[in-house]
Amino acid sequence: MAFQPSKQTYSGQIRQVTLGVGDKAVTVGGKAAYPFHGFEGTMGNPPKIAMEVWDKDPGDEWSAIAKEPFKEVLGDPAAWAQKCVRDYGAEIIVVQTKSADPNSDNKPAAEVAEVVKKVVDAVDVPVVVWGVGNHEKDVEVMRILAEKGSGKRLAISPVEEGDYKQIGAACLGYKHLVVASSPIDVNLAKQLNILLGNLGVATSDIIIDPTTGGLGYGLEYSYSVMERIMQAALTQEDEKLQQPMICNVGNEVWKSKEANLSSEEAPELGDSSKRGVLMEAITAVDLLLAGADIVVMRHPEAVKLVKGFIQKMM
Amino acid sequence: MGLTGIQIFKLLPKTNCGECGVPTCLAFAMNLAAGKAELDKCPYVSEEAKEKLAAESAPPIRPLTIGTGEYAVKVGGETVLFRHEKTFVNPPGLAALVTTEEDEASVNGKMERFKACQYDRVGMKLRAEMFAVKDASGDAAKFAALAKKVSDGTGAALILISEDVGALKEAAAGLADKKPLLCAATATNADAMGELAKEVACPLAVKGDGTLESVIALTEKLTSMGLKDLVIDTGSRELKKVFEEQIQMRRAALKDRFRPLGFPTLIMANEMASDLMEESLVAATFIAKYGGLIVLSDFQAHSLFPLFLDRLNIYTDPQRPMTAEQGIYPINNPDENSPVLVTCNFSLTYFIVSGEIESSRVPSWLCVQDTEGLSVMTAWAAGKFSGETVGTFLNKCGIKDKVKHKTVIIPGYAAGISGELEEELPGWTVTVGPREASQIPRFLKAMKG
Repeated sequence: MAFQPSKQTYSGQIRQVTLGVGDKAVTVGGKAAYPFHGFEGTMGNPPKIAMEVWDKDPGDEWSAIAKEPFKEVLGDPAAWAQKCVRDYGAEIIVVQTKSADPNSDNKPAAEVAEVVKKVVDAVDVPVVVWGVGNHEKDVEVMRILAEKGSGKRLAISPVEEGDYKQIGAACLGYKHLVVASSPIDVNLAKQLNILLGNLGVATSDIIIDPTTGGLGYGLEYSYSVMERIMQAALTQEDEKLQQPMICNVGNEVWKSKEANLSSEEAPELGDSSKRGVLMEAITAVDLLLAGADIVVMRHPEAVKLVKGFIQKMM
Repeated sequence: MGLTGIQIFKLLPKTNCGECGVPTCLAFAMNLAAGKAELDKCPYVSEEAKEKLAAESAPPIRPLTIGTGEYAVKVGGETVLFRHEKTFVNPPGLAALVTTEEDEASVNGKMERFKACQYDRVGMKLRAEMFAVKDASGDAAKFAALAKKVSDGTGAALILISEDVGALKEAAAGLADKKPLLCAATATNADAMGELAKEVACPLAVKGDGTLESVIALTEKLTSMGLKDLVIDTGSRELKKVFEEQIQMRRAALKDRFRPLGFPTLIMANEMASDLMEESLVAATFIAKYGGLIVLSDFQAHSLFPLFLDRLNIYTDPQRPMTAEQGIYPINNPDENSPVLVTCNFSLTYFIVSGEIESSRVPSWLCVQDTEGLSVMTAWAAGKFSGETVGTFLNKCGIKDKVKHKTVIIPGYAAGISGELEEELPGWTVTVGPREASQIPRFLKAMKG
């Protein structure tokens, strides 16, 4: 007896967006079915893993476990980025401009942009620049950077409702991509895409950042908002939501104390060299299942695990 | 559940006798469809209609329980494909495998870690519930002894794995009152396995040959033998294929109400990966996508803890935020001079705020007010985090007996309540803290300095 599985009908497709230029440019998106549902529709481009690099030595902000793989390059963002590409096969680099944070180092925008530019020049893979979420400072940094990085098709993040006009204009002027960031809400994600469209940003230049919650710290909110975005985009013809999605996974997961506690501090939580890695990899897997096209990751072991997962699932 | 009022109406006597309490059969049918009436109220309904209605209203995925007592695992009973559509209800049971060829120290280690890897989080107990005991040597007595040892030593719900009906019978006989899952009925032994499951009244897993057709043939056969509590292992072990099958089974059960696939599923993660790290990702995949029971090769805290969080996150009811208990939380061993902070009881807020205070290493008192799980801004807007509610809470919670000073720090987003709060707390100073939790360490250190 032949079993006829009930098929989901799809009416939409996620647009393809290309980051970077040249041989190593990366195109994401293209799904015309739910994530990893290759049995009933085209999956487009496989999801990509980006690796994060900080523009300053993370110092005490990272635990020894997270720092270990990078210990010789933590003070040199360009060398760090090169290591991610060379040793861990990163296909995209994300530079987190932590030194710009007005609540921390508050380094002048020009200096921040200078360091990011060095990273951009040091690698041939696409670069995403991730700001600190402070509108004034991000606008200042991204404006300079948009000009300096002209011709590189950088992706600039986060572009929020409060600064989309300024950063969006800079992206338009120098042909960079916009990472449209909204606080875990389908309607706000859609609204920001509409606003960016009105500003003149093409749909080929928009990636959605739905805002990432780490494992145990709101992962379920991101997960469900992303599933709802996928449903709207693929089955309800909501063309304003048919953009690829990026999730800043590593940065969120490694904020939690449970990812960082050493085996001595918390023996009940087991081997600390594996626990944080699994917390990061599991968060990435869930968000990929929910529809992420790019997951931004930190630990090379977690990267390796998730790469294996994607390969097996595609 | 499945039938409309009109469809039900056709099955009723249509006499409008009114004995059910409503004047017409149509009105009664409508109430039945809406779940507002019970069919028993109609004294004249035919047996045939009763059967049909009962079958239609049964849950699309059979709910069943494996094990008894503290670690009993309830699975099945799911009603949606996406958690945001309602909620997922019965989190998958997590099991570790032990076999008759494993040395005793290894088995004992797993049993010890089963008990040690238990954590409290926002009033929930995070822990594994199960062991899968496998007959690897064909020695029935050894198999039964191992199953008994694990059951007696842990109280865990059991999955008893053997293709040999005789061995399974011996192991199940001594443990039948513990309701283990018998694993598994295959095309070659289904009749005998079915008889055994009936005899000992335990749930039974079927194991297909890697096709859903083979699964359907098995569940239909066993159902016709009168068995109800079945669990499905499709027999596939390739991640991508298992994923596809899980989606198709859940869809068939929910959308087409296709009974032969309307049972909880069993995922043998231990047979789908090369080490525990990869197994953990397999487990995470099927925590999200429809696994009912998940078997790992081992229990290790570094793998279990993240999986527990994952299971907790995915199975949280999206319509009901998780909350922290109202009260005073001492962080970093505070004393009578330590600062007092107040916030809402949305669990995420609590985790993040307490985490930031902890990382600041500044000894502090965190007072968490019950805002029904709303975040600070939402609670403030809804009047559940006002000068009056915060004042009442601080007056009653006992924080005044714990400190000598009279200063309280409120969240930056609730700055507007400070005037009203000062009126509620005569003699106290209200300090407005940062808006974002990430700024708390800086703020506390600055205050101290």
